[in-house]
Amino acid sequence: MTDATVNALSGPKGPKPKKVFSSTNIIIYGTLFVVCMYYLLPLYVMIVTSLKGMPEIRLGNIFSPPVEVTYEPWVKAWAEACTGINCDGLSRGFWNSVWILIPSVFLSIAIASVNGYALANWKFKGSEVFFTILIFGAFIPYQVMIYPIVILLRESGDGITAFIRIFNSDADNFRLMGSLWGLVIVHTIFGMPILTLLFRNYFTSVPEELFKAARVDGAGFWGIYFRIMLPMSLPIFVVAMILQVTGIWNDFLFGVIYTKPDTYPMTVQLNNIVNSVQGIKEYNVNMAATLLTGLVPLVIYFASGKLFVRGIAAGAVKG
Amino acid sequence: MAVTDTGRMDVGAKRPSRLFKNMTAKIAAIPMIATALVVFIGCTAWTIYHSFTRSRLLPAPDKWTGLQNYDRLWSENRWLVSIENLAIFGSCSLVLSLVIGFILAALLDRKIRFENTIRTIILYPFALSFVVTGLVWQWLLNPDLGLQNVVRSWGWETFTFDPLNNADIVIYGILIAGIWQGSGFVMVLMLAGMRGIDEDVWKASRVEGIPTWKTYIFIVIPMMRPVFVTALVIISAGIIKVYDLVVAQTSGGPGIASEVPAKYVIDKMFGSQNLGLGFAASTMMLLSVLVVLIPWAYLEFGGKKER
Amino acid sequence: MKLSTKLLSATAIVGASAVSAAELEVTHWWTSGGEAAAVAEFASAFNATEHTWIDGAIAGSGGTARPIIISRILGGDPMHATQLNHGRQAEELVEAGLMLDLTDVAEAEGWADVVNPSRLLDACTLDGKVYCVPVNIHSPQWLWLSHDAFAKAGVDVPADWFEFVDAAPALRDAGLVPLAMGQQSWQTSLAFGALMVAVGGTDLYIDVLTNKNADAAASEDMTKVWEAYAAARLLSEGSNVNDWNQATNLVITGQAGGQIHGDWAQGEFQVAEQVAGTDYTCLPGLGVNEIIATGGDAFYFPKQDDPAIEAAQKELASLMISQEVQVAFNLKKGSLPIRGDIDLSAANDCMQKGLAILAAGNVLPDGVNSFSADTAGQIDDLTVEFWNDTSISVEDAQARYVDIIASAD
Repeated sequence: MTDATVNALSGPKGPKPKKVFSSTNIIIYGTLFVVCMYYLLPLYVMIVTSLKGMPEIRLGNIFSPPVEVTYEPWVKAWAEACTGINCDGLSRGFWNSVWILIPSVFLSIAIASVNGYALANWKFKGSEVFFTILIFGAFIPYQVMIYPIVILLRESGDGITAFIRIFNSDADNFRLMGSLWGLVIVHTIFGMPILTLLFRNYFTSVPEELFKAARVDGAGFWGIYFRIMLPMSLPIFVVAMILQVTGIWNDFLFGVIYTKPDTYPMTVQLNNIVNSVQGIKEYNVNMAATLLTGLVPLVIYFASGKLFVRGIAAGAVKG
Repeated sequence: MAVTDTGRMDVGAKRPSRLFKNMTAKIAAIPMIATALVVFIGCTAWTIYHSFTRSRLLPAPDKWTGLQNYDRLWSENRWLVSIENLAIFGSCSLVLSLVIGFILAALLDRKIRFENTIRTIILYPFALSFVVTGLVWQWLLNPDLGLQNVVRSWGWETFTFDPLNNADIVIYGILIAGIWQGSGFVMVLMLAGMRGIDEDVWKASRVEGIPTWKTYIFIVIPMMRPVFVTALVIISAGIIKVYDLVVAQTSGGPGIASEVPAKYVIDKMFGSQNLGLGFAASTMMLLSVLVVLIPWAYLEFGGKKER
Repeated sequence: MKLSTKLLSATAIVGASAVSAAELEVTHWWTSGGEAAAVAEFASAFNATEHTWIDGAIAGSGGTARPIIISRILGGDPMHATQLNHGRQAEELVEAGLMLDLTDVAEAEGWADVVNPSRLLDACTLDGKVYCVPVNIHSPQWLWLSHDAFAKAGVDVPADWFEFVDAAPALRDAGLVPLAMGQQSWQTSLAFGALMVAVGGTDLYIDVLTNKNADAAASEDMTKVWEAYAAARLLSEGSNVNDWNQATNLVITGQAGGQIHGDWAQGEFQVAEQVAGTDYTCLPGLGVNEIIATGGDAFYFPKQDDPAIEAAQKELASLMISQEVQVAFNLKKGSLPIRGDIDLSAANDCMQKGLAILAAGNVLPDGVNSFSADTAGQIDDLTVEFWNDTSISVEDAQARYVDIIASAD
C-alpha cells in the first residue's frame, strides 16, 4: 500500500481524493475522534483516580483531573495494600509473575519452535495428525481439562519425588501442583497450539534451497535448527515472545487454580486486593493497583507497536 | 499454504534415510505428541467419562450414574441463567465486535492521517487482562461515584445507568467492557483483510461509479469471507471461555444475574464439591464449541479441496 | 583448615537444632479488619514458640477460599494447617486419609471435657477419631442496628425483627437503606437461616435443616418464612455492596439501619471503635427467638510425611485450643470461645449476650454441619437469586426449596 499523498496524486487509483474539509472527512475524523475517546476514557479515569485522595474521589466526579496530586495510592498499592495480614502490596505478585513468566516464555517458545520446525521440515508419519489434534485442542474450553491436569501434576510430582529419592532418600517432596513449575508446565501446554502454528507457518516459508544445501553439507536436525533456522527467524521469535509475555502475564484462571497464595501471580493478587475490603473501599489504591498490573503488557504493547499487531494477526488470520 | 506443504512433504518422502534420520524429529516432538494425546485427548476423555459418575469431592470412576448429572444440570436455574447470559453476551459481542471492527477498519482504511496513532489507541485495551478490564469498568459503572454520578451532576438528575446493580441489564455492563477490550483486535484482523484486497477492485468500482459504502458492503465483505470466518471462530472460542471478566467485574452478581458457564463449572467443581456436575457442565461447554468448530473445520477443509 | 572444620561443625549444630523448629503455612479466609486482627493473635502466639507461622490468607469469602484450599490438598501440595468449616465439608478429605489424626493430642488434653457445646467436637470427629480443632463458635442469627441511623429517622431503636420492619419506612423517608446486605450468595443464605429461626421457630429449623424433612419445608410455617424473606429483600434495595464487611460498614456509618449477619460482624464494630449499647445494638436470634445456632470455624491439619512438621502441627493444634489464646483470639474476632472454663469478663455487651445464651443451653445445630457443600451451594444459589430478583414469587421459591431439601444430602 502506498501512502496517502501518492494515492491522491495518482488519480483514479484507490478511493476518491478528497479535500481536507470535505463532509466525508469530517464524518470520518469525527467518528474516529469519538471512538478514540471511548477507548481512552477508562485509561484516563484509571490514571486520574489513582492520583486523587479519597475525599476528592467521594466529592468530585471521576473525569475531573486531580486538584491535589498524590502518589500515596501508588505507594500503597505497590508496597502496603493488604490481603489478610500480609501487607506487602502488589510487589509480591509482581515478582511472582516475573518468576512465572521467564521460564514459561522460554520453555514454551523452545518447545513450540522445535515442534514447528519438525512439522515444517521433518515431517514424519502421523505428525500432521498430532498437529491437527493440537490445533483443535486450542478450542477446547480450559474448564474441561483443569481437573485432570490437577491430577496429572500431582502424580508427576510424586513420580519425580520417587525418582529423586532413588539417589537421595532424604530429598524433600518435589511438587508440581501449587508450585511455580506446575504453572510453567500448564502455560507451556496451553501456549503450544498457537505457537506451534506460528512457527510451523514461518519455517514452511523459509526457502527450501537453504534447507537442502544444509542437508547436503551433512547438517542434521539440531544443526539446521540452531545454525540456519534460529538465526534467520529472530522476528518470529520476537512475535512469539510478545504473544506469550502478554498472554501469561494476563492469565488469571490458571493462576487461581494451580498456585497458592505465596505464588499468586499479579492478576490474582490484584483481584484479591480490590475485591477484599477492610472497612471502606479505597478506589484510588484499587486503580493504582490495576494500572500497575496493566503496566507490563501496556509497555510491551506500546514499545513493540507493529510487531504486536503482527503477532496477533499472524496467530489469528492463518489459523 | 497448502501448496507449500505438499511440496515439502514430497521432498521428505523421497529422502532415502527418512525413517532413521527422522528419529531425532520424533524425539524432539515428544512434548507435542504428549500434549496432544495426554492433555487434549486424554484429559478431555477423562472429564467426559467422569461426567457420568457420582464424583463429589473426589473423582469416583466406579460410581456410574448415567445421565443423572446432566438431568440435575438442566434442572438448575443457575445453569439456565448462565446459558442465557452466554447466549446474550455471545451473540451481542459477536455481532457488535464484527460490526464495530469492520466499521473501524473501513474508516482506517480510508487512507487517513494518524492511522498508526488511532490504531494504537483502539488496540491497546487488548493488551490488558480481563481482570484489569473488569475492575476498570466496575469503577466506571459504580453507581455512586462513576458515570451515572457524573451525568447527574451535569443536571440530568434522573439519569440512570446502573448495569452492575441491575439484574436485568448486568450482562450488558459486562458486554461494554468486553467490547472495549476485544473490538480492537477484530479491527486489526479486518484491516489486514482489507489491505489484502487488490487495488484493481477499487479501480473497477470507481470506473463503474459505485459509491464507496456500496463497494464495502457488496464487494469488499464478500471478498473478506475468510477473515470473517476466522474472526467468528476466534471470538466464539473466546466467548465460551469468559470467566475472569465476570469474576473481576461482578462476581456473577447481582444475585446470579451475570453467571456464565465457565464460572459455573469452577464453582461447582471446587466450591460445591460436586465434580460430576462440574464435569457435566464442562462437557456441555465442549459440545457447544464443537457446534461452532465442526462446521468451520468442514468449510475450511472443503475450501482447500476446491483450491 | 582447622578453622573451617570448626565452622562446619558449628553450622552443623545450628542446623541440627533448627530441625525441630518448623515453618507452618496456615491458610484461612479471614481478611477483614477484625478477622485479620484475630488471626494475628494465633500467629503471634505460635511465633512465640520456636516455630514460625507463615500466613496464607486467601481473600474473599469461604466460597472463594475453600476451593483453593481443597484443590491444594488434593493436588498433593497440602498446607500445614487450614481453616475449614467443620462438618460435612471436610468429610471426604478425612475419609480419603488426607488429614492428620489429632486424637492423641485431644485425649491428652481432655478436649472432650472442655469443649462446650460438645457438638463442636463431634463435628470434628469421624469414627471416634478427632481430625480438627474447633476454634470459635459463630452464630449467624444476629441483627445489627445502627443507633445513628434510627436517630436520623427519628424512631426508637427496634427491639426485634418485627419492630425493625415497622421502622423501615421511617428509615426510607430519611434517605437511608433500611437493611444492608452484601451481594454474595452465602450472605443471603445466612439471612434466610436467621429469619427461619426468628419467624419459623426452632422446631421448624431443626425439622428442615437437620431432619431434611421436605414436608416441613413445604409447610405453611415455611411459607411465612419465605414471605418474611420476600419482605426483607425489599428493605435492602439500594444497598449495592458486595462484601459483608462493606454492608457492616453501612451500619457503622449510619447509612443503613441494620444488617442481618453473624456475630463476626462484631469485630468490625470493634475496629471502628464503636461501643455496643450506645453506638449499635445487637439482637441475637433477631431479637425474636433468643437462640443461636452454633456453627463455627475449625482448623484441619493436612497430613504431611515429615515427623518434625507433624509435631509442630500438633503443637499448633493444642495452642489454638489453649485458654489464653482462646481468650485473645475470640475477643478480637467477636466470636464465642469453644471452652466454657475461661474468663471472658473483658467481653463487651454483645458477646456477653451470646455467652449467656450459650450458658443457658439455647443452642441449635448449624445448617453447615448437616448439609453437603453441594446442597448448601444450591440453597445459596436459590436465596441469592430470590433476593435479587423480585419477580420470583414466594410460591416458586418455596417449591424450589422443597425440591432441594427433598434431594438434599
